[in-house]
Amino acid sequence: MTSLSPSGGLPILSILIFAPLIAAAVALALRSDRAVRWWAFLSSAAIGLFSLLLLREFNPAVPDFQYVEHKVWIERLGIHYTLGIDGISLLLVLLTTLITPLCVLASWRYIKDRVKEFMVCLLVMETAMVGVFAALDFVLFFIFWEAMLIPMSVMIGVWGGPRKVYAAIKFFIYTMSGSILLLVAIIALRMQTGTFNIPGLMNRPYDPAFQLWIFGAFFISFAIKVPMFPFHTWLPAAHVEAPTAGSVILASVLLKMGTYGFLRFCLPITPYASVYFSEAILWLSVIAIIYGGLAALAQSDLKKIVAYSSVGHMGFATLGIFSLVQNGVTGGALVMINHGVSTGALFVAVGIIYERLHTRELGAAAGLGKQMPGFAGFLGLFCLSSLAFPGTNSFIGEFLVLGGAFAAATRIALWAVPGVVVAAAYNLRMLQRVAFGGTNNPDHSGVSPLDFREVATLACFAVFVLWIGLQPGPFVELMEASIQNILNIVAAAAPGATDAAVALQ
Amino acid sequence: MIQEFIMAFLPELVLLAGVLAVFVVTLYNDRVARARAVSLATAAALVVSCLITLRSEATLFDGAYRVDLFSQWLKLAFGVGYLAVILLGRRVDDIRPDIRPEFFLFLGISMTGFVFLASSIDAITLVVSLELSSFPLFLLVAMRREREGQRMQMESAIKFMMFGVAANGVMLFGLSYLYGLTSTTSIPLMVQRLQPVIDGPLALAGLGLTFAGLYYKLAVFPFHFWTPDVYQGASNETAGIIASMPKLGAVVILVRFAAAATPDNQLITEILTVLAVASMFYGNLVALVQRDLKRLLGFSTIAHAGYTLLGFVALDEAGFSASLYYMTGYLFMVLACFVVISRVSRDGENVAIEDLHGLHRRSPLLALTMVIGIFALAGIPPFVGFMGKFALLNAAFARGHTVLVILAVINTAIAAYYYLRVVHASFFGDRDATDQMPIALDGSTRALCIGLIAIVILLGVTPAPVIDAITTSLASVVAVP
Repeated sequence: MTSLSPSGGLPILSILIFAPLIAAAVALALRSDRAVRWWAFLSSAAIGLFSLLLLREFNPAVPDFQYVEHKVWIERLGIHYTLGIDGISLLLVLLTTLITPLCVLASWRYIKDRVKEFMVCLLVMETAMVGVFAALDFVLFFIFWEAMLIPMSVMIGVWGGPRKVYAAIKFFIYTMSGSILLLVAIIALRMQTGTFNIPGLMNRPYDPAFQLWIFGAFFISFAIKVPMFPFHTWLPAAHVEAPTAGSVILASVLLKMGTYGFLRFCLPITPYASVYFSEAILWLSVIAIIYGGLAALAQSDLKKIVAYSSVGHMGFATLGIFSLVQNGVTGGALVMINHGVSTGALFVAVGIIYERLHTRELGAAAGLGKQMPGFAGFLGLFCLSSLAFPGTNSFIGEFLVLGGAFAAATRIALWAVPGVVVAAAYNLRMLQRVAFGGTNNPDHSGVSPLDFREVATLACFAVFVLWIGLQPGPFVELMEASIQNILNIVAAAAPGATDAAVALQ
Repeated sequence: MIQEFIMAFLPELVLLAGVLAVFVVTLYNDRVARARAVSLATAAALVVSCLITLRSEATLFDGAYRVDLFSQWLKLAFGVGYLAVILLGRRVDDIRPDIRPEFFLFLGISMTGFVFLASSIDAITLVVSLELSSFPLFLLVAMRREREGQRMQMESAIKFMMFGVAANGVMLFGLSYLYGLTSTTSIPLMVQRLQPVIDGPLALAGLGLTFAGLYYKLAVFPFHFWTPDVYQGASNETAGIIASMPKLGAVVILVRFAAAATPDNQLITEILTVLAVASMFYGNLVALVQRDLKRLLGFSTIAHAGYTLLGFVALDEAGFSASLYYMTGYLFMVLACFVVISRVSRDGENVAIEDLHGLHRRSPLLALTMVIGIFALAGIPPFVGFMGKFALLNAAFARGHTVLVILAVINTAIAAYYYLRVVHASFFGDRDATDQMPIALDGSTRALCIGLIAIVILLGVTPAPVIDAITTSLASVVAVP
């Protein structure tokens, strides 16, 4: 059973949510761009360090929500201000708070214009993102979920590339139209149960037909965010046009909200429907893996390569989650974190190239490794991580996913295997071109090597690539109990779940 | 006795005295600044007196006039709106120079009507206040300055008036039926006596015609025809007034009459559902192709009227309070947009969406006000538009109107597109035209912008006290059957 265990003392989650907002307000009052940059970096780094406190008292052995805070907010509408985290959201909150200072660093020189507004957007984003992962009231969750659209689309629309307005509006409309049905589902659940409390909504005997409808509404909204195969078209546009920090946030955190939604809402609230639709979703995941990989292989724009590779990676995440077995779901959750690290790192790397060459064409960057050997080393590491090379973070995640998927539905999982090969192909193609190039590389003699700030940014990512890759144990342990709990709910509410999984084979 | 009367009637007395003072000022020529100052003082005094009398309770004038929490917070909302509108009007440069002081006089008279409206519980008082509030507005539209080759304001004024008078006539006709059925003009009594006969054709005709008059004010489809034309033809300040105050006024009266019906009245809910859906789709779809900002807001008004009807479809306390909360929020969202329009406009001309390009460079505060106003209208949290829509959807869903709720959220998504065009122009746009001069803002405009932004955010983030107050105060209006 999922229950709430209250936290004593400091309301850490509230502080994590509102500190960035306060930092943003302070940033508004600063005058010089330099001061704004430093303030944004120092405040977000401080918040990142502070968030590590969560690890101190977090008990990974129990599946309960911890650090719970509760206040009645709007009594008449039944909306409460409830926060809390379990193992899954803990990692995502940490991912968010730790990646934000890196985003500030990555936009140090990239953003020249309206620096203050940019940093304010970034910090407001952090508030919304932490809020999404920490909210335990469905309306509160929805508010953060929607509120995040404004700073993100502003970030793309103001500081983006040549087609920024198209990308910003497409991003906004796509995600917003996805989430409107989520709102209807939230209200429908309230009418059934009388509460917006997320743990309170889980594990209830809803009518199967009702579950299918609710699942449908959930699915559209989360699948657009992930993005899953037929709903992915906003992603390349948004990624390509967004500034580096925007791409990093988009890839590392925003896409996770979709898969987080599957884990947090679809499985425990509509277990019957999740089992019912799992085969279809597994197929969609496989399509995403192969399609994303092939599309990435065909691109010549560095950012598009990384963007389409995201589609493939997130396909692995959903493949794992909807395999509905412990290994698969754990792997899926781990892929979420890993994708945040490696794809974030790749976007930073592409940003570094763009700052020097003012183009993202693969051909123009050919042979860059000769001038920037250190950079080529980092890029090599991240590319290997992206193709799930053993010893890097992604390997263990994808391995668990494939293992879980094979256990659940061998027939479908087989199709994911070529995806792994394709991932190796597009990553090595990119790495080969950028690091070594061909015989007639463009002249890069004027290109400056990495400076200290860039090395520091990339090194932070590299640490996590290797840490999770070499010792995934602690990360998996954090989530294990929570995931087991979710799967117990699925198994209990849908007794045929395991049978169905067997039948899929 | 007299002391109690004054305590209860203080806001009205303050307002009447203020309007009289403005009248005296207008007797002299060229006294715009003074008329404005007196109006400003009156509005401030009105707000203060509303706050003082917020908790007063009294029934005045032989039961025709009721002062209670419901009426007082409405007067407060009107008062704040009045204050905002005067600040928005600045020196009303777009009104014919010789009659500028009169702008403030008519505005004041119209406000008197709205304030009376909040307390009227007798059909006759109600009609008188309604006319008092709307006739000066007809004049305000016609008072716009003439330009080379443009006499749009006259067309608009005549359209506004013809429709308005016709709608008032229809409403009076409907009221006559209701009077005939119940032989009383007191609305609470009327509502009570209507209960047994509510399903009869006469009662339905009476209520339907009465509602029709109010739908005209609210701009519900198919009573909306005047809206975009009047917004476009009226000066920017006047359009701001017409877009905000009368809507809240109409919702107040609707609540008073809708209390007669219960959620079981199939026919009434069905009619309301159809009107709501038609308004939302019509308003949003037509707004998609607008280029003139005021016309765009005009069509979006029609859509918002549709959203508001969601609360009336529910026909219960939760629905009414959601509608009132939404309209109160709408008042401030739309005023925020109109502040920007009137400041961006060159020499009082109408503003096209393209004119907003580069606004963030010309005046960051105006761009921010516009963006927040627009996002609030689009229903994005954490602004009041989201909470209001949420409350409305909740109320409608609770009564089982699932399809209506889904259609409403689909409309929210459609609307996002044209709202984003405005955001795009004012915040993303980088086009450098020749006259991209920075817009200098005076202190009062800055204060107004910040105040409106604060209200739009605060009403959205801490709606609990407001919704509580509305719901509690509704108890005296909606007799629980």
